[in-house]
Amino acid sequence: MKILVTAKRVPDPEQKVKVQGDAIDLSGMNFVVNPFDEYAVEAALRLKESSGAVDEIVVLTIGSKDVTQQLRSCLAMGADRGILVEGDDDSLDSEQTARIIKAVYERESPDLLLMGKQAVDGDNNQVAQLVAGKLDLPQACFAGQLELEGDASAITVGREIDGGMEFKKVPLPSVVTVDLRIVMPTAVKTAGSKDNQEYAEGPRYASLKGIMQAKKKKIDEISVGDLGVELEQWVKTTSVETPPSRSAGIKVESVDELVDKLQNEAKVL
Amino acid sequence: MSQPFTEEHELFRKTVRSFAEKELLPNVDQWEEDELFPDEVFKRAGELGILGAHYPEEHGGGGGDYWFSVAKAEELVRGGSAGVTMGLLVQSDMATPCISDLGSKEQIEEFLKPALAGERIAALGVSEPDAGSDVAGIRTTARRVGDDYIVNGAKTYITNGTRCGFVTLLCKTDPDAGYGGISILLVPSDLPGFTVAKKLKKLGNHASDTAELHLEDVKVPARYLLGQEGQGFYYLMQNFQTERLIAAVSATAGAKLTLDRSVAYGRDRMAFGKPIIKREVWQHRFVDLYTLNEAARALSYDAVSDYNRERYELGREQLSFDVVRKISMAKLFVGDMADRVADECLQFHGGMGYMDECFISRVWRDQRLLRIGGGTSEVMKYLIAKTMGF
Repeated sequence: MKILVTAKRVPDPEQKVKVQGDAIDLSGMNFVVNPFDEYAVEAALRLKESSGAVDEIVVLTIGSKDVTQQLRSCLAMGADRGILVEGDDDSLDSEQTARIIKAVYERESPDLLLMGKQAVDGDNNQVAQLVAGKLDLPQACFAGQLELEGDASAITVGREIDGGMEFKKVPLPSVVTVDLRIVMPTAVKTAGSKDNQEYAEGPRYASLKGIMQAKKKKIDEISVGDLGVELEQWVKTTSVETPPSRSAGIKVESVDELVDKLQNEAKVL
Repeated sequence: MSQPFTEEHELFRKTVRSFAEKELLPNVDQWEEDELFPDEVFKRAGELGILGAHYPEEHGGGGGDYWFSVAKAEELVRGGSAGVTMGLLVQSDMATPCISDLGSKEQIEEFLKPALAGERIAALGVSEPDAGSDVAGIRTTARRVGDDYIVNGAKTYITNGTRCGFVTLLCKTDPDAGYGGISILLVPSDLPGFTVAKKLKKLGNHASDTAELHLEDVKVPARYLLGQEGQGFYYLMQNFQTERLIAAVSATAGAKLTLDRSVAYGRDRMAFGKPIIKREVWQHRFVDLYTLNEAARALSYDAVSDYNRERYELGREQLSFDVVRKISMAKLFVGDMADRVADECLQFHGGMGYMDECFISRVWRDQRLLRIGGGTSEVMKYLIAKTMGF
């Protein structure tokens, strides 16, 4: 089977974001692979390693040539091939992104489209659902656990709900998004998993061997035009502003004073 | 100098940084207290390719150039313990380079490959109770008897010594011959007569174990002789170059981290109504220190660049005196720079800096080794003067 994983580059979440006028200043920003997408790559690698049923893991990204760096880091983790769709990744809205992914899906026809549940820059959490809708595929979002059937005909997806885990068996091909818990030591299982198989928590680091091998792996570069996708903008940013800064707190003398302030100043009672 | 780091170096840097910050840093306080870090750390570093970064692939390495090891050394300091860094660097850049350069096929399979995989811990046995900088004065002897060497003597200040799987051991195969009588043997630690006499307590680098080793009639197969008999001193001088280079690079990165962390502290710490970093007297001192650090980095990188060119581009086995001199200068300069950075940053922290709980007290203890280990500052000056023909 073939797994297609999407990976978006995002500004390093550990960096302080600078706002310039009404937009985020991306100059001098350090970019990383969206953490949830990195988890999806890790989940795909675990599926491949333990099942023996996965022939190829293909990682798809959209962006300028610079994004090759992030794509290469997924290949260094162990993915087999990369696809770079050239486009301006900052300005794409969810609809446009979904159209591109749909077109790539149709070219590649994978058995599983595995995605991070959302990108940590826009936090939209829309693309996977849109893609599934456009392709008329089953979708299972926020996977915290995955278990692949022996014949790779279906995958059982567990997700956290209030009070426990909910499990659903989804026929393949389908669209699955992953949550943080997918990188816990025993979160991904297949028919080939050993009983006590445990992975180190978190996405793996690329070993030097992996990095050297990644140099030789193939990255297909495709333009949006090649895919035949129409890209009119659905969402327009009208302005960006920072939330008002918080003023210092005060100590109240009595309950009466507190109630008075909540009623008359904060107007929450 | 042009930017030496490519995309692959940067990816590798990221891996080492994650390893240092997520797998070392959270544990080093405990390891410092235990005066030992676990053997598994070597294994994990081996898995990630950290130990073999610049070694050829057929030796179990990553097949990279020396800049990979620079990236590695610069990021390992983020683990927050010079002891752990030293233990790992002894494994990767001090006890093993000469095996890659000179080792027989068997020696590479038996010693180098498992060492770079982190499965067999390596130590370098040079110093003795009566000989340190004066390498020619060593007294450990290896007497050839049939197909074996019978080794007798003692080694001290041996990093990784309490739990090493083998020692790259400097010994005299001809006790009367001075420099020309020195050879290197690879000595497995499980041979009868090999004992760890004691674990030594140190001023700093607490997470790293240091031992005194005794060898009494240890029968070492002659096939474990590295290179040729009588050439050990010259081999060691070559081997020292990477040891000094990697120490200089690592300490420069460590000092930069110390400066950054100290300045961050100075932004929060208020005295007489404003953050102490806002005091001009300290601003000027930090400017001096950052400038020194930048100069140290430039000199070290220049030395790495020269080394990289001779070893990897020209493929020379023997380094030129020019390169040896520059590496010695880098180690000397970095030793003084790191000393000043640690001392002034401790002063900047005031009483807090003297407390064990503050990172700077550990840095201050640990960095002192730099002017001693891998050849003292005085030996560096001696070497530099020699190569200048004074």
